[in-house]
Amino acid sequence: MIRVTLAALALGAQTTPALAQDHSAHQAEPDPHAGHDMSAASQPAAEPDTTDGMDHSSMDHGTMDHGSGAEASASPGPEMETPPPPEAGSGPPRAADAIWGADAMRASRADLQKTHGDYNLFWFQADRAELQMRDGADDYLWDLQGYYGGTTSRFWFKSEGEGSFDQRIEDLEIQALYSRAIAPFFDLQAGIRQDLAGPDTTHGVIGIQGLVPYMFEVDTALFLSHRGDLTARLEAELDQRITQSILIQPRAELNLAAQDVPELGIGAGIDSFELGVRLRYEIIREIAPYIGVEQTWRAGRSADFARAAGDDPSVTNFVVGIRLWF
Amino acid sequence: MHDTFSRRSVLGGLGLGASMLAAPAWAQGHSVHGGGHSRSGPLIPAGFDEVRGPVVDLSIGSGHRIVQGKRGPGIAVNGSVPGPLIRLTEGQDVRLNVTNNLTVDSSVHWHGLLLPFQYDGVPGISFPGIKPGETFTYKFPIRQAGTYWYHSHSGLQEQSGHYGPMIIEPRGSEPIPVDRDYILLVSDFTTLDPHFIMNRLRTGEGYFNRQQNTWTDDYPMSAEERRMWAQMRMMPTDIADIGGKTYTFLANGRGPNEGMEYLFKPGERIRLRIINGAAQSFFNIRIPGLAMSVIATDGQPVRPVEVDELQIGAAETYDVIIEPGLAAAYSIVAESMDRSGMALATLASAPGLRADVPALRDPPLLTMADMGMNHGDGGMDHGAMGHGGMDHGSMPDAGATPSASMSMDGMKMRDTSLLPPDVAIGPGIDMVSMAPVDKMGDPGLGLRDVEHRVLNYRMLVARDANSDVREPSRLLELHLTGNMERYMWSFDGRMYSAVSDVPIRFAWNERVRVKLVNNTMMAHPIHLHGMFFEMVNGQPAELQPRKNTMIVQPGASAQFDLTANEPGDWAFHCHLLYHMHGGMMQTVAVMGPETAS
Repeated sequence: MIRVTLAALALGAQTTPALAQDHSAHQAEPDPHAGHDMSAASQPAAEPDTTDGMDHSSMDHGTMDHGSGAEASASPGPEMETPPPPEAGSGPPRAADAIWGADAMRASRADLQKTHGDYNLFWFQADRAELQMRDGADDYLWDLQGYYGGTTSRFWFKSEGEGSFDQRIEDLEIQALYSRAIAPFFDLQAGIRQDLAGPDTTHGVIGIQGLVPYMFEVDTALFLSHRGDLTARLEAELDQRITQSILIQPRAELNLAAQDVPELGIGAGIDSFELGVRLRYEIIREIAPYIGVEQTWRAGRSADFARAAGDDPSVTNFVVGIRLWF
Repeated sequence: MHDTFSRRSVLGGLGLGASMLAAPAWAQGHSVHGGGHSRSGPLIPAGFDEVRGPVVDLSIGSGHRIVQGKRGPGIAVNGSVPGPLIRLTEGQDVRLNVTNNLTVDSSVHWHGLLLPFQYDGVPGISFPGIKPGETFTYKFPIRQAGTYWYHSHSGLQEQSGHYGPMIIEPRGSEPIPVDRDYILLVSDFTTLDPHFIMNRLRTGEGYFNRQQNTWTDDYPMSAEERRMWAQMRMMPTDIADIGGKTYTFLANGRGPNEGMEYLFKPGERIRLRIINGAAQSFFNIRIPGLAMSVIATDGQPVRPVEVDELQIGAAETYDVIIEPGLAAAYSIVAESMDRSGMALATLASAPGLRADVPALRDPPLLTMADMGMNHGDGGMDHGAMGHGGMDHGSMPDAGATPSASMSMDGMKMRDTSLLPPDVAIGPGIDMVSMAPVDKMGDPGLGLRDVEHRVLNYRMLVARDANSDVREPSRLLELHLTGNMERYMWSFDGRMYSAVSDVPIRFAWNERVRVKLVNNTMMAHPIHLHGMFFEMVNGQPAELQPRKNTMIVQPGASAQFDLTANEPGDWAFHCHLLYHMHGGMMQTVAVMGPETAS
């Protein structure tokens, strides 16, 4: 459509775009551009020969949908893709083998294939490594993840843990997952989770991790423990840049359970909900200390379990930590 | 009348650079050693010498470079970055003996040259590469004239300095009389190991972009536009993957403060051969106060066309004629496309004279049109998006409210039903151009609304008529595809690693129209080895300009006609180095005449 418009402009027929619709006229007068001497050094400064800057309000868009525009008449060509003829041959490209020998080519060919496109790399991130401070005890917390693999198929690991400095570690879990891209922005992950603090528990894990519209990083997973307990975790965080180096990150986490799991202090329904915000400064992209505040609520039976253990079901922490990746 | 083309004047111009070279011990390669991209080893000076003759000896070595006080890795040809100017003459036979003094394989690809495919210099496609300590001899006849260049096709060596200019003089006398003949080779320097860059492009989102949208930026964007981009999970500031915080942009190997200088006398006619040897950068070239008359691109002559500015994609070349007036000096400004920095040189009427250097202009932004949402007009190419413009035309029921329109757009940004069946649909495609249009008339990102004359591909007309003007017998449609988040790049949804054994095939002497459809929001300079193609730019077939590298604008299509008359296997790829390594590459196999039926 734009090409037709351009033809109209090139013909100096801005006010009469109908001219540009007449392809037979183009054939008779082969090229509207040729008549328009590009070689002249005195080419007008405001040559409207660009995709924009045109007065499209005067164009009738509805009538511009036919044909393929000026090129068709200037340099005609096929409009539909067709397969190559049989004379184009078949099979892999091996012309160099005939010159240098297949053995000589093998290593470089393998290297080219290995380094151009999908290749494995390692990524590690400590999304949260922080101190959580409130009246009473100070806690520590980590939330790590990383992968080794290619662009769409990866071995993914995660670890979360928290505890108080004066007590035995409270929670410690590690996950080992196979992660496979199922959409441009999403990976399906499956594997196992092992809880190493408290009662030994092994879970099967299936989840989805990725980036949802509006740039929220989400990580959702279902966990089925070896005792048959079903729980779920939904995490979302959003990086908002205040400047090129200062970011604010709201974060939410929801833990759900299909049943009471008294030995883990989990109640059916909403187990806990966390809402936090962190302000971080990227010293370099990979190293960013932060401060923030986070509120955790235990709900329903979980709140009862917490109270029974002498904990407050509603806790506000000030956090200070560092986000690292490499 | 002007003096005829003279070799001395060329050397005079280069001499300013060449005179700063260290002892030519470098050129002999003795002290050169080492392998990868370390910042150790000897200092590699900027600027280049000249080599010529029937036999040319080149040596590849490593060392370190210092640009404006910053130390970075260096891989040099004959001990300098850029490597030496190789000057050849059309019709001669040349033997190029290339010695690899690195500890890893290397190669030299002769960019734009017509030659037997086995000497094209792509390890894994045309030859096995050059092993450490080995000397490989390229030998072929020179069948063309013009401005070309050469670079490594091994690993990421090009980023560290393995590139240099090449001039082939036409048989007989140069038909373009000039007083001086200068080379401006622009490139990008980094202190970083290029493998680190590739890693961070894959793992860190927008890692090298220091011009991102923030709460405090002053981009002319409404809250609604910002919301929409966030909804799409795309960055309108993603103009160049790597910006001026990481790169120092170079003119003939020198940073903007390092005084790259070309001498002139008022009234002289100067041919400036502009080569973009950057790994990952486009440049906007202008000389405030001087017009440039473009006379060749990618080595091939075009009818002179006068402009005030031109955008040069990675690996493109433009020869321009300039005629400096009475000013004491003129600045040659090569602003990176994302306006995060510039390479700078000066045309000086006496050594040391300088002209004003214009400030960097505001960074451009991507628009809906760069996503292939061309609702029947080009009105969205302006810096800020016009929502009014987006609502008219083909989406009658989407205009109720802006947000309704936007969310509909959001859903349509990856309508894979628009892709032909030979495209592999998967996670490697994060966007599909909704209505890709031919944008051969697009001067490039950031130059669509400047006040002065800017070059675009439609303005290029071949000076010499093309010999093959057959109407193409078939259309080959290739889709440029990618996923920014995963940094996957491909043709037709398949990265090179998946199609290394699946070439694009052409029959002997087949005439094919190739349509490239860009389903990404980045401009890709697509390069075909071993052959020139003719850009389908509105000219009749005999006058379509010949090129070997063509920019396909974001969300747009572009076509070229190819006569497949150079048998063998050839590389075909995006010439942004990290896009190529990200997978946007394929082998082109051209059958030989013996196979013709």
